Amino acid sequence: MGRLHPLPGVPKITFVNEIRHDILIIGAGGAGLRAAMAVVEANPDLSIGLVSKVYPMRSHTVAAEGGMAAVIKGNDAREHHIYDTISGSDWLADQDAVEMFVDEAPRELIQLEHWGCPWSREDSGHVAVRPFGGMQIERTWYAADKTGFHVLHALFQTSLQFSQITRYDEYFATSLITADGRCQGCVALELRTGKLHVLRANAVIICTGGFGRIFPFTTNGSIKTGDGLALAYRAGVALKDMEFVQYHPTGLPGTGILITEASRGEGGILLNTENRRYLQDYDLGEPLDIHDPRHPENRTMELGPRDRLSQAFMHEQAAGRTFQGDYGDYVHLDVRHLGERLIDTRIPFVRELASNYAGIDPVVEPIPVRPVVHYMMGGIDTDVHGLTTLPGLYAAGECACVSINGANRLGSNSLTELVVFGARAGRHAAAAVNGQQLADGPEVDRQLSAERDRIEELRARPSGGERIAVIRDDLTTAMEAGAGIFRDEASLSACCGTLRELEDRVTRISLDDSSPVYNTELISALELDCMVDISQALAHAALDRTESRGSHQRTDYAARDDANYLKHSMAYRTDGDPRIEYKDVVITRWPPAERVYGSSGEKDGK
Amino acid sequence: MSETTIKLEVFRYRPDNGGPTFQSYDVPYHDDWVVLDALNYVKNYIDGSLSFRWSCRMGVCGSCGMQVNGEPSLTCAAFLRDHLPGPVRVEPLTNFPVERDLVVDMNGFMEKLDHVKPYLVREDEADDLSAEYLQTPVQLDRYKQFSMCINCMLCYAACPVIGRVDDFIGPAALALAQRYNLDSRDQGKQMRQDVIFQNEGIWECTFVGECSEVCPKHVDPAGAIQQAKLEGAVDYYKRLLMPWARRS
Repeated sequence: MGRLHPLPGVPKITFVNEIRHDILIIGAGGAGLRAAMAVVEANPDLSIGLVSKVYPMRSHTVAAEGGMAAVIKGNDAREHHIYDTISGSDWLADQDAVEMFVDEAPRELIQLEHWGCPWSREDSGHVAVRPFGGMQIERTWYAADKTGFHVLHALFQTSLQFSQITRYDEYFATSLITADGRCQGCVALELRTGKLHVLRANAVIICTGGFGRIFPFTTNGSIKTGDGLALAYRAGVALKDMEFVQYHPTGLPGTGILITEASRGEGGILLNTENRRYLQDYDLGEPLDIHDPRHPENRTMELGPRDRLSQAFMHEQAAGRTFQGDYGDYVHLDVRHLGERLIDTRIPFVRELASNYAGIDPVVEPIPVRPVVHYMMGGIDTDVHGLTTLPGLYAAGECACVSINGANRLGSNSLTELVVFGARAGRHAAAAVNGQQLADGPEVDRQLSAERDRIEELRARPSGGERIAVIRDDLTTAMEAGAGIFRDEASLSACCGTLRELEDRVTRISLDDSSPVYNTELISALELDCMVDISQALAHAALDRTESRGSHQRTDYAARDDANYLKHSMAYRTDGDPRIEYKDVVITRWPPAERVYGSSGEKDGK
Repeated sequence: MSETTIKLEVFRYRPDNGGPTFQSYDVPYHDDWVVLDALNYVKNYIDGSLSFRWSCRMGVCGSCGMQVNGEPSLTCAAFLRDHLPGPVRVEPLTNFPVERDLVVDMNGFMEKLDHVKPYLVREDEADDLSAEYLQTPVQLDRYKQFSMCINCMLCYAACPVIGRVDDFIGPAALALAQRYNLDSRDQGKQMRQDVIFQNEGIWECTFVGECSEVCPKHVDPAGAIQQAKLEGAVDYYKRLLMPWARRS
């Protein structure tokens, strides 16, 4: 054991002196780091504060496995990537945003390459690509099956050379500061001391990632609690398309650990209890023999989109053709035919995870898998620059909804989204800040004292109240029961009712921990409060959308309804239930059409 | 039916409230539970005041390193079944100052990472983003192993030199330096070597290899350090004896 650090000596929560930067970034994962470096590139004279509740390399970008989409090879074209993304989104993506995304993706991925990302290579030395679900042409760049890990570490390590970036590691942002109608900073709790810091800036970029932790069974790490969404939501910004929750079809039962889609991109197949490649029964095309050189076929069977594959599992389960295990039903993901050598070079992490956490070696046994909450298409409403409706406030990455993902995100578009829109937000913010006067006075003081009182009150509550973990369990159970893969009015209404009760119960939480130093229980309580808020936005948006589109499947409204719902939902916070409004989808050149997968699938909508 | 339980003995320290001490908790035993699951059970249902770091619970974020029965371990990968019948003693990583309970001070480690300039250094005037730098699979393989470090710091807890020489850059940071030195796209090796060999600790590293043994990602920092030392020594003598023949 090492030395013991003595107490810094602060019994109560206190504010320390205000810190000023030109731009604040909340969240230091892929989007936040890319945004920070984009600011440096755009204007090296600006100072950047990078606030994160964990050390940057702990951010959940680290867990992304399969890869990153961008058009780089001669057999691919921007039109293909655009069409795959739009049809994958079930036409809910904004097409202007998708076009920008696709156009800027290759340059951003080359930038990562120049920043040291160890991309897997062809013998020629050029980066290698592989197919992912819902793609006509293989375009996923990858670093074995630890792409997110390598991207995050490359970004973080590269960022260390820029003295313009001041890091606030293990600072938890608790609220935004707004004055004169602009966002002007945030309040952040320093975990190490328990002190509250006032961080001021003329632009704030939220890059806090997703919120899979509002569901009980998720690939997301414990930090994915949606704090950044709650910050924006409470400041009056809409949360957009929250009802669209991506279930990844292949998670390990029990832990929810992800088995990457790359395992299917490399040729892995899904089998039910009858050893049948059951996806052929769900309009995803005809299976090719696993030894056929054309297998796996793009946009077909195991390379269909995630929403359709997860829904197929549910139908198989209802028909009794799934295996039963200690942690629920599952099917088999079989990669044995790929052979040990290919498994070890292309998907080594799959082997490591399956051996460590499921106790099976994929070289000789099929992997048990089931759908697992993986990604949130919805998030903070932004324009194509990452700017929200609150001047000075930006968002990028999974916490934002631009939207390029619509009702279903394609695998390997999310890491690309981090860098493309992280960079866009950073550049736009850098151009917008201009040493504007930061407001002082009663409007700011009121917010600061209210924030201090809120946290003091939570810390000072008498013992014997509600327990965080119990409320969190009730929340995740309600979300799965009410807003899972299949939903209807009854399930969603019940869920909304439960969330209402939880909102009340959260105010009665009491803490076991009274220490100011590393009070992780206090952070958990603040996170849970965020989770309840954004869950309500999700459930109400799902209740109001009386159609089925992409990942949002209403058993009582089974068809897509373009006449009424070719629109983004916009959830606004009120004192009562969230208010749901709608905003038109931007259509440029790809009018809504049927989503067709399998070899009969159309190309580019023609 | 009574549930099987296992005993945890957990290091507790609150800087504002005395200590340190060990506290025992009986938690349910499950065959497929890791130590982190047991700690979360304690925090969730027995004692919310226990502090520790964790996130991904799949061995890649590097947050949850602790001493488990004296061994530096990722608690998300340390199964209770390997410590039967218990008790399982959980302590903060050794060789680091303790902030609170199982949370150690990582600032020194972060500074060491920064110290080795862990990024590609290029002499190009401007960054031309029209094409990627070429790198063959063989060139990639030269440094790939050293790029797998998740910064979990288990190697620092295992390192006998860190215990004596506080400012030793240490295994993970040296492996990271070597990761960039061996990257065919990099041109910053000389700069990094200068930093590394000014650090006294590296000459005290005796290739005991405890760092490589505890590494959950098989990075082999000991191997990286030996490579670097060998190259550094050759480089040193070359520069001493043949100042006109500077290595590129």
